[in-house]
Amino acid sequence: MKNYRTKIISNQEISPGYYRMRILAPGFSETAHSGQFVMFRVQRSLPPLLRRPFGIFRTGSLPADCDGLPPKEFVEIVYKVVGRGTTIMAELHEGDKVELLGPLGNGFDAPSCDGERILVGGGIGLVPLYMLAGELIEKGCNVRLLMGGRTRDDIFAVTEFERLGVETYVSTDDGSLGEEGVVTKVLERKLQKFPKAEVFACGPMPMLCAVRDICVANKTPLQVSLEESMACGVGACLGCVVKGAGHTEERPSYLCTCKVGPVFKAQYLDWNALAQSHGCGGCE
Amino acid sequence: MSETTRTTVKKPSMAVEIAGIKLRNPVMPASGTFGYGEEYAPFLDLEKIGAIVTKGLSLKPKAGNPTPRIAETISGMLNAIGLQNVGIEAFIQHKMPFLRTLNTPVIANFFGNSLEEYGEVAKRLNDIPEIAAGELNISCPNVKQGGIVFGTDPKAASEVVALVRKHLQKPLIVKLTPNVTDITVVARAVEEAGADAISCINTITGMSVDIHTRKPRIANRTGGLSGPAIRPIAVRMVHQVVQTVSVPVIGIGGISRPMDALEFLIVGAKAVQVGTANFVDPSVIQTIIDGIEEFCIDEGIKDIHELIGSLRL
Repeated sequence: MKNYRTKIISNQEISPGYYRMRILAPGFSETAHSGQFVMFRVQRSLPPLLRRPFGIFRTGSLPADCDGLPPKEFVEIVYKVVGRGTTIMAELHEGDKVELLGPLGNGFDAPSCDGERILVGGGIGLVPLYMLAGELIEKGCNVRLLMGGRTRDDIFAVTEFERLGVETYVSTDDGSLGEEGVVTKVLERKLQKFPKAEVFACGPMPMLCAVRDICVANKTPLQVSLEESMACGVGACLGCVVKGAGHTEERPSYLCTCKVGPVFKAQYLDWNALAQSHGCGGCE
Repeated sequence: MSETTRTTVKKPSMAVEIAGIKLRNPVMPASGTFGYGEEYAPFLDLEKIGAIVTKGLSLKPKAGNPTPRIAETISGMLNAIGLQNVGIEAFIQHKMPFLRTLNTPVIANFFGNSLEEYGEVAKRLNDIPEIAAGELNISCPNVKQGGIVFGTDPKAASEVVALVRKHLQKPLIVKLTPNVTDITVVARAVEEAGADAISCINTITGMSVDIHTRKPRIANRTGGLSGPAIRPIAVRMVHQVVQTVSVPVIGIGGISRPMDALEFLIVGAKAVQVGTANFVDPSVIQTIIDGIEEFCIDEGIKDIHELIGSLRL
């Protein structure tokens, strides 16, 4: 984990409203795991005041050029333009100075590889699944990725996932790309076919809730990556906490999304509280 | 062996003393923005900052408030964390072993829900020799007496300070809330009750509403506003308190750059605390220390005391 004062290598729109930013970050890839995140400072002036958390899409390095300089290591984030901060980010260019803190948090836990691995990503929730897919493929897993979105605009990086050797299934709410309907419908079908699969999911809370209910019903192990607003990213502000399973008024359990998470094993979370705090009803 | 001769600019003396605690420089974190110190060890040398101020400690562990707990506002941040902390016992057992290894004064911020609890925590702090001082948070409601916030009532403030003063065998810093009509009244009350130093200001109560859901943006409805937005208010209040009391004052409120810290020192704060800015840049305290030093060199100031209270009126 390091506080990088660095610069942008590239910043491109990869699907309407979605951008991929490549940032120079020497030494970053050695320590980064799938599912971790960075705190990104949009600019030195205000507003916005606070950094914003972004999932790591991937890390890598540019080959050494003819000058014989060492390869340049980079980290890539993918973001959706939703507010003031991301609007400013979309206007940044190659060479612009930025600050980046990371890699942060606990990522996915994928130690062994017997059986199928099903990854479920909704919209911007696809981001942390790219590195995970790569790691799982390397371990010899069969990886299926269920990509969900409202429209075709929310589906990105399909070719890149496929290049890793991932089998992809696309569904959109409006049917503008792939199957029409919610991604969880596809998940139910896949779990019938691969009852011993393990599931990894990231996406909006209603999707995560539905994924969780399906996994509970099928006794399927599930890891989820959560998104919460946070100020510091290092466990100091205690602003990003979520309730842990078994949380009660008398015996409260608050877990820092930035430090314990952002990836959690589903059984360790209080899903009713999560659903309520994200305004999407309750989970079963 | 001959020494290379080079022109070196003599560094200014940055050391200050507050209530008998010697600080190598006047910059420290504000409670609640620096965890228990260890969280920030990857980002700065904890032995180069003035002091470490812990997260607010209570007798029993405290879970804190429901979420959402934070919301960004224009140049500021609202928070209602609810003083979540591990409790004094876990602090001693799990957090002190790291802090003990550091050659930097550790100031324990603490609070209670009742007079008795304040007294109990103060007593426990006596058992930790490496704690240099206590910083008393009086911005809490007195649960047993109708929930009035100790720090908003000069009588209640005086009572809790006197009690803690009786129990605590260490220097006592009292942290004031700005949510009062006249901060000098409370400042005078806590000084008379035995405070060795005063730190101010704590956050300013605020509220923010999501216009689409029409709900408050934090679950607690209201929260404490911090960050650059509050700095002019903080500078004004520190100025007022400095004019009123004779004990040293630690200035807090929206400091994120060296020049911000200098404002507080010039109005008479003997030291400063950096809060929300730690969230934005985890090594900002070092940047501020370096910047103050540079300013002193540029201005020909040999000792930071030449700057403290040098306000020209």
